[in-house]
Amino acid sequence: MSDHESTYVPKSGVEKWLDTRLPIIRFGADYMSLPTPRNLNYWYTFGGILMLCLVIQIATGVILAMHYVPTTAMAFASVERIMRDVNGGDLIRYTHANGASLFFIAVYLHMLRGLYYGSYKAPREMIWIIGCLIFFLMIATAFLGYVLPWGQMSYWGAEVITNLIGAIPIIGEPVLIWLRGGPAIDNATLNRFFSLHYLLPFVIAGCVVLHLWALHTAGQNNPVGILIPKEREKKDTLPFHPYFTVKDGFAIILFLMLFALFVFFMPNALGHPDNAIPANPLVTPAHIVPEWYMLPFYAILRAIPDKFGGVLAMFGSIGVLFILPWLDTSKVRSMRYRPTMQAFFVVFVVVGLILGWCGAQLPDAPVIGTFQTFILIDGDLNSYLWLTRFATLYYFAFFFVIMPLVGLRETPKPIPATISEPVLTGSHAMSSAAPAQAEKKG
Amino acid sequence: MAEPVVTENGEGGDATRRDFIHIAAGAAAVGAGAMLVWPLINSMNPAADTLALASIEFDMSKVQEGQQIVIKWQGKPVFVRYRTAAEIQQATSTSMSMLKDPQADGDRVKEGHQQYLVLLGNCTHLGCIPTFGSGDYGGWFCPCHGSHYDTSGRIRKGPAPTNLVVPEYAFLSDTRIKIG
Repeated sequence: MSDHESTYVPKSGVEKWLDTRLPIIRFGADYMSLPTPRNLNYWYTFGGILMLCLVIQIATGVILAMHYVPTTAMAFASVERIMRDVNGGDLIRYTHANGASLFFIAVYLHMLRGLYYGSYKAPREMIWIIGCLIFFLMIATAFLGYVLPWGQMSYWGAEVITNLIGAIPIIGEPVLIWLRGGPAIDNATLNRFFSLHYLLPFVIAGCVVLHLWALHTAGQNNPVGILIPKEREKKDTLPFHPYFTVKDGFAIILFLMLFALFVFFMPNALGHPDNAIPANPLVTPAHIVPEWYMLPFYAILRAIPDKFGGVLAMFGSIGVLFILPWLDTSKVRSMRYRPTMQAFFVVFVVVGLILGWCGAQLPDAPVIGTFQTFILIDGDLNSYLWLTRFATLYYFAFFFVIMPLVGLRETPKPIPATISEPVLTGSHAMSSAAPAQAEKKG
Repeated sequence: MAEPVVTENGEGGDATRRDFIHIAAGAAAVGAGAMLVWPLINSMNPAADTLALASIEFDMSKVQEGQQIVIKWQGKPVFVRYRTAAEIQQATSTSMSMLKDPQADGDRVKEGHQQYLVLLGNCTHLGCIPTFGSGDYGGWFCPCHGSHYDTSGRIRKGPAPTNLVVPEYAFLSDTRIKIG
């Protein structure tokens, strides 16, 4: 689809003048007429939703930065001022805070969609790798942003997470002091976190450009997972606009309804009450938990009894995603035709949710009832510690054992020759009439 | 190198003068770049005013037997403990083989002031402040990830790798210490 021919014809004099100097309208028009697989389902709308999320976060964030004061003495008070005194400030802040959560809901669904339909496989490895990079930057940005209100959870979250770097042998301690700008989390830390929190979203935006560039070079995947041959392009694709702009638009409306539900009716549902207490370096909250979207990784960190080992496992759980295209040995992209892998995928999603649940619990607390079973090495078997460990084991086994082995040993279902075939020959074939031929967009 | 024109000294794939210039120029650019970046990176290290807050003094007579006082030093909590005789006995009688990070109690206090224990109040795991008077070993318990410390502040159970850190300090007089 990289060789997609331009169909843009400049009409007015101004357009013609511009087209020979800076063909920016042509660029947009070509983008809108990109041939897009006809069978994309609603799981494919999260790309557009994520783009909207990034725009919302940057727009509300720029406004918030106009009212926020990044010093330890004023940070908490300035956030309270935004909530009480700045015109519409509470709405802007709630949008920004809940926007982060919704951003992560969308990105997790987007990633699981890629995983299920094999969107990371050749020739789309670079799309996936840049996507992983964006995900990592999102986590970093969300963490930095959570520190800024300077509440108790902000402070102690920063303490715990920066200490992860201190776990690195030899260089850990000096790097930790360099990162914090002092012996403890203080003004220097808050100030630089604000600077970086402002910077990273634009780095993400840059990566999104690369993500889309790679996407339009390799071509979009689709639920059937086969590449669309050149001669089938007319039959199997539709122009991006209006067919998929409308589909994305409808999904965005549904997504915004969920967004509004949080912002207007339950703005603090995903927050933590401890963050309404100003940061106090001398008191640790009884139970420190990160935001929900980091809980699975936090659980993996706690599952390992060794400090540095835990840090490695946590970063490894994200790092493994980068090499995913080379861990999957199957030639078949879509799990629609891989029933064995489909089952493992469902377990993987459940395990991800379990890890998230475990991350919010006390490690020593019993999972079922209140009874004790027996001590296995360093904890009771009926405890979140061990549930987390089993889930962590599956998480890594999914990538390092299941993916390579199942790909070699399974027998996939027959793969259709074209993306239209399952529709036209399936039992639910409603109409064999080809949908409206792609209209030429002027 | 695809530079067939200038091959005065290099024949048959040998390095040419131009190769040398390319590599030398590249290396100089990298070196210059590193020299420019270093001040930017170094500016993120603790500033002079932060380092100036390096030491504080504390009057030990404020702590009563069995009590712990928390003071703030360099933005971090410092535990000052006046231990009871039973607690000192418990700490000194612990066998080294039971410790994850073996260190005698005598090495963690000042000679003649065994009752006073001065510790950095950050768990050596991920920096939370352990709760005084709880845990399985009569010392501290970290609520974040479940590390237990004994009456000498030594790690006994849980994910923390080392004992609570004893900061550098000295007795200026019988009742006055200087930390840092």
